Amino acid sequence: MPKQIILAAHFPGVNNTTVWSDPRAGSQIAFDSFVHLARTAERGLFDFFFLAEGLRLREQRGLIHDLDVVGRPDTLTVLSALAAVTEHLGLAGTLNATWHEPFELARQLATLDHLSNGRAAWNVVTSPGAFFGENFRRGGFLDHADRYVRAAEFITTAKALWDTGGGDFRIRTSQFDISGTFPVPRSPQGHPVILQAGDSAGGRDVAAEHADAIFSRHHRIDDAREFYRDIKTRVAGHGRDPDDLKIIPGVSYVLGDSAADAQEKAHHIRRQQVSPQTAILLLEQLWNRDLSGYDPEGPLPSIDPVLDEDDTIIKGRAGMYPDRIGTANEWRALAEQKKLSIRDLIIEVTGRQNFIGTPADVAARLDEYVQTGACDGFILVPHLTPTGLDDFVDQVVPLLQERGVFRTGYTGTTLRQNLGLR
Amino acid sequence: MTLRLAVELDGGSFAAPDWIARIRALDEAELDFVTFADTFGGAGPEAVLLAARLAPLTRHVGLVPVATTTHTEPFHLSTALATLDFVSRGRAGWQVRVSADPGEAALVGRREPLGFGGLFAEAREAVEVVRRLWDSWQDDAIIKDVATGRYIDRDRLHYVEFDGTYFSVKGPSIVPRPPQGQPVVAALAHGPQVWNSLDVDVYFTTPDAAADIVRDLPAEKKIFIDVAVSDNTVDVIEKLEKTGISGVRLTGADVDGDLVAELRRRGLFTPSDATTLRERLGLPQAVNRYEEAAHA
Repeated sequence: MPKQIILAAHFPGVNNTTVWSDPRAGSQIAFDSFVHLARTAERGLFDFFFLAEGLRLREQRGLIHDLDVVGRPDTLTVLSALAAVTEHLGLAGTLNATWHEPFELARQLATLDHLSNGRAAWNVVTSPGAFFGENFRRGGFLDHADRYVRAAEFITTAKALWDTGGGDFRIRTSQFDISGTFPVPRSPQGHPVILQAGDSAGGRDVAAEHADAIFSRHHRIDDAREFYRDIKTRVAGHGRDPDDLKIIPGVSYVLGDSAADAQEKAHHIRRQQVSPQTAILLLEQLWNRDLSGYDPEGPLPSIDPVLDEDDTIIKGRAGMYPDRIGTANEWRALAEQKKLSIRDLIIEVTGRQNFIGTPADVAARLDEYVQTGACDGFILVPHLTPTGLDDFVDQVVPLLQERGVFRTGYTGTTLRQNLGLR
Repeated sequence: MTLRLAVELDGGSFAAPDWIARIRALDEAELDFVTFADTFGGAGPEAVLLAARLAPLTRHVGLVPVATTTHTEPFHLSTALATLDFVSRGRAGWQVRVSADPGEAALVGRREPLGFGGLFAEAREAVEVVRRLWDSWQDDAIIKDVATGRYIDRDRLHYVEFDGTYFSVKGPSIVPRPPQGQPVVAALAHGPQVWNSLDVDVYFTTPDAAADIVRDLPAEKKIFIDVAVSDNTVDVIEKLEKTGISGVRLTGADVDGDLVAELRRRGLFTPSDATTLRERLGLPQAVNRYEEAAHA
């Protein structure tokens, strides 16, 4: 039997890839939107629904970022409500190890696991620093260097609490000194599924040791294979079976009646995703300086990016550009060669859809990724709320089933079982 | 005069079907709201998540979980309760509770237990922050203006800039303003130290304290008396009706349809047509403090 594909549905987030200007775009906050996407994913027999989180509104140039979707629900609360309107779908939430405490979060996740009959998952992220800290009791208490120390200790502490199954504990680590009784009896999954999204060496090691799945950013097939090999080697290095850690990149897709039709749709969506204002803003994120005086239909700046990673122009978003000067030079060269304006260049170099084609093309390429060691499945990121996944479920899922690489019915009773995890 | 009717749900079951059966019976009886008992280290399901789990399965009954302020983050409380208001379409409330138990302080391990004064001073700050964050988005903040490329009008979002004794919170919220604007805030208040230190919409008190709290607090505050369900519950409620209270909260046992039918027959309870919990309790429409300031 060929390897089976894992599929998850990402609720469209607060990046410019979520198109709000389309007349079909619905509310980012009304519960109906969450119900629609979750039920669509469950109709498509997906493994899980996925929610991102950001604990402070993004800012650019010191002002609240206003060009993209802003505002989302509390992660755990909306997942718990979704447990009432779905039966099999896993419910994965991003929750920050820096701005939560282990006892409270472990109790909440165990509650969700009980109330959903074994469908809870936690995507562990960390974000040190004063920017987020201004919304919380401890402020910017955590050094950048300690963020994965805290994440790893948080995960092992949560697992230890879950393992008490309603018993006493005493835990002392560099970050935590806690004791008492964990009040929740063992939940259906024992441990809710742990996802991890960090890509640095520290993040990779935490994932390799502790996580059940990685939400990766590597979607070019060669990059993805290299990442896959690296992670699976690290997993084995921790004495685990490489199959015990699933690698699931976040990907976008566009379907068309023909390859040309799909390309045309993809370009149209890219223009919706990159408004003239957004083009300047995304350029500023690399240049790390105010470029509001530049014409989005004009040429790229000849001045160089500002190299100050402690004071970036955008706040509330993970770092994206390790080599600002090098990337700026590449972008300038590309713009010159193809005669691209700022907006055209941004459309070309940022956030291009990963899988563009007919349903048959897309099904074949997704399958190729999984069968050739680039990943174990995909977190699909639709560009429209809440109907963005409808066409995939109607048109691509049946083709994956025909290929024998995707389930025709839920077999496990818990998310952990559906993912093939122990 | 008819009273508003609430029930306190307690119990340690982690099986959703147990709760669904209980809440559906109360929803069908068109009770005004239920409260979900909890503590920070509580032995049952976490109450906000339990309320959210039941919200899509009910249409009428208000959902008021206990959430504690002593070891929790006001920012998370605010966003969780706002979200409960979204998933229940305007039926959310919050029963504020403090944690005086040193055992619960050890579950977090960050500081020594606070005394009575500190606990309530901190709770007061938490309520203030939570309320400010609920108002930190104006209702008309989302503009979707294609011409300027803007999704929101950032001038309609507000930093709450709370700087208190126990914490400071910058804001704005990450969640838009909830359907009720301000979900209903409630607290248990058995004595004047509590009701004078916590400013909330609804107070739960004892039959003995009822006359005092009604006298001490302004008329717009809603006073509910906790009544343990017994053989003569209806008679007890009939006597309380004359004390000037807003309603009763039944505690200690599940309420059956017969009891509610008898209360209706005697004219002590009439289900409300109002869709939001605030309206049902006779609370005024919540004015957004920042919007008001902007227009002043």
